[in-house]
Amino acid sequence: MAFAHAGTATASKPGRAGMRIPYLLLLPGLLWLLMFFVLPLINLAETSTKTPIAGGETGSYEQTFRLQNYVDAFSENSAQFSRSFIYALLATLLALAISYPLAYAIAFKSGKYKNILLVLVIAPFFTSFLLRTIAWKQILGEEGPVISILRTFHLIGPDTSITATALAVVTGMTYNFLPFMTLPIYASLERIDPRLMEASGDLYANGLTTFRRVTFPLSMPGVVAGTLLTFIPAAGDYVNAQILGNPTTKMIGNVIDSRFFRIVDYPTAAALSFTLMAAILILITVYIRRAGTDELV
Amino acid sequence: MANHPDAAKTGDLKLSSITKSFGDFLAVDDLDLVIPKGSFFALLGPSGCGKTTTLRMIAGLEEPTSGKIYLGDTDLTDTKSYRRPVNTVFQNYALFPHLTIFENVAFGLRRRGIKDVKEPVEKVLALVELAHLRDRKPTQLSGGQQQRIAVARAIVNRPALLLLDEPLGALDLKLRRQMQIELKWIQTEVGITFVHVTHDQEEAMTMADTIAVMNEGRIEQLGSPADLYENPKTAFVANFLGQSNFIKGTVESTSGTDQFVNLQGTRIAIPAARNSSTHKSLLVGIRPEKFRIHNVGDATTGNKLEGGIVTDISFVGVSTQYQVEMPWKQELMIFEQNDGGAPNLRKGDAVTLSWEPHFTFALDGDEDVRSGLAGADAE
Repeated sequence: MAFAHAGTATASKPGRAGMRIPYLLLLPGLLWLLMFFVLPLINLAETSTKTPIAGGETGSYEQTFRLQNYVDAFSENSAQFSRSFIYALLATLLALAISYPLAYAIAFKSGKYKNILLVLVIAPFFTSFLLRTIAWKQILGEEGPVISILRTFHLIGPDTSITATALAVVTGMTYNFLPFMTLPIYASLERIDPRLMEASGDLYANGLTTFRRVTFPLSMPGVVAGTLLTFIPAAGDYVNAQILGNPTTKMIGNVIDSRFFRIVDYPTAAALSFTLMAAILILITVYIRRAGTDELV
Repeated sequence: MANHPDAAKTGDLKLSSITKSFGDFLAVDDLDLVIPKGSFFALLGPSGCGKTTTLRMIAGLEEPTSGKIYLGDTDLTDTKSYRRPVNTVFQNYALFPHLTIFENVAFGLRRRGIKDVKEPVEKVLALVELAHLRDRKPTQLSGGQQQRIAVARAIVNRPALLLLDEPLGALDLKLRRQMQIELKWIQTEVGITFVHVTHDQEEAMTMADTIAVMNEGRIEQLGSPADLYENPKTAFVANFLGQSNFIKGTVESTSGTDQFVNLQGTRIAIPAARNSSTHKSLLVGIRPEKFRIHNVGDATTGNKLEGGIVTDISFVGVSTQYQVEMPWKQELMIFEQNDGGAPNLRKGDAVTLSWEPHFTFALDGDEDVRSGLAGADAE
């Protein structure tokens, strides 16, 4: 017994040091998160229940734990909230419709051009997000190619324009988040063993059935990742609505932006931010549960 | 669905002048082959010999450059893969990871619009003794279990033809032996024609009734396992199936059914039927286990070679392997059963070798003695 004891005592020494290493490796990340995520979040929560100091200067608030702030913030901006989710949903669906065939073609049909095509998908990212969004203003503008083509084919009347409309906002969001949708779907499709498609054909499934029963279900992890990566930032986006929209296309991001920077109404802006965050969390939790892809990831 | 495989489409599988080229590379070269209905047929060869390409053409996964594929009287050449009454057990099985074992097996039946899949699926799962795993996903199964599901998924469709592409390649040796026996049993049980592609000569010999040895897109030799082993027609076949000693010799005379050959100065007899060459110069082949090793002067019957010196002995349990250097400076390999029949020998001892004439085979003298050796070790 004495021997065994001595043995475990010496053996556990390097073991204990080894146990600490993962935590030491985590430390920088945890500190970073604490400083720049947890503390600001607490600060935000604290701000969200403040009220203006009576007779005080603009921008001076005191803590009164007024939860009614949330009710007010939501009821005053419910239109912008629902618009945000509708636009984000439309942009996500459009991006999915465009990205899936694109990712499919790159993964299975591009041959030696695969890498070039992948670079082309990411290439727009080398220019600024803002510039690309402003460019859409030109593309959709009165002198732009879209309007003139649509007018040539009499698809729209001479007085209809696209700039400063909901359509322009959704188009801009779709475009801006396209790579976030394409790349995860591509990664998922690319990982599928081509023999599974052959096996499906061997088991009497034609091309369409093979896609429905084998390829698409196996690409679900990419679809889920892509839709999340598109929907979440799109729901909180305000740049597209600002540049490509009009006052009736304001999204919740624009409201938060103006509350914070123009009206200096910190509590409402903070309450809106929290509500948005909670809404997105609930939506994606339901979505991931429904998609049930955890076994495939 | 309209793509129900026609039950009438059965009969022998016939490949007629099948050629397949990929760019400049000729994978399958003008191949003619008949695979009888109900047989267990193996395509055996080293990697790159065209066996898998041949299989994929039968499955419809690859289009032949030229030639025709018939099943019975039906021309299948232009039939799409999903309309052929052919199912494949893929290398690494290709089970659908998102479906349960039950749904994997039911896949083919459902695609053919069969309503009641429960009974046939459960029956075939019982046949492969995995009924208890029906609700699992493929990743939760061991390699051997996945292999059996892959077989079940194919045979549940009662295809006219079952293709097996290196089906046991991913299994360890012990499991492979067991699956060889099981596959053979399943084939007898269901009576479907099995076409089995492998580079493993032991696997082919254990399971198949008929083996076609393929090399460079052509069939080198076709026959039963014993026939191919005992009477190979080329050095490639002799080397690919087991080991051989090749000694150069020349035909001296023929009397009746026997031929007499001068083998490095010794006159030996060979049954004429076992000489596949018409040339005077021959390559005489003797399998290592056919040799008997004796102390000098003890050899009694059969062909004899004198003047050997033992250069190496290794004991491998069931047998002892000897290397013997002959007077013409050639090393021969001899396997002796450890049944007390062989003399007690040590390195440097002088020995005489003997063997029964009917264990000899003879090939053209210009055959490459190393043909098939590199290929056998490639995988």
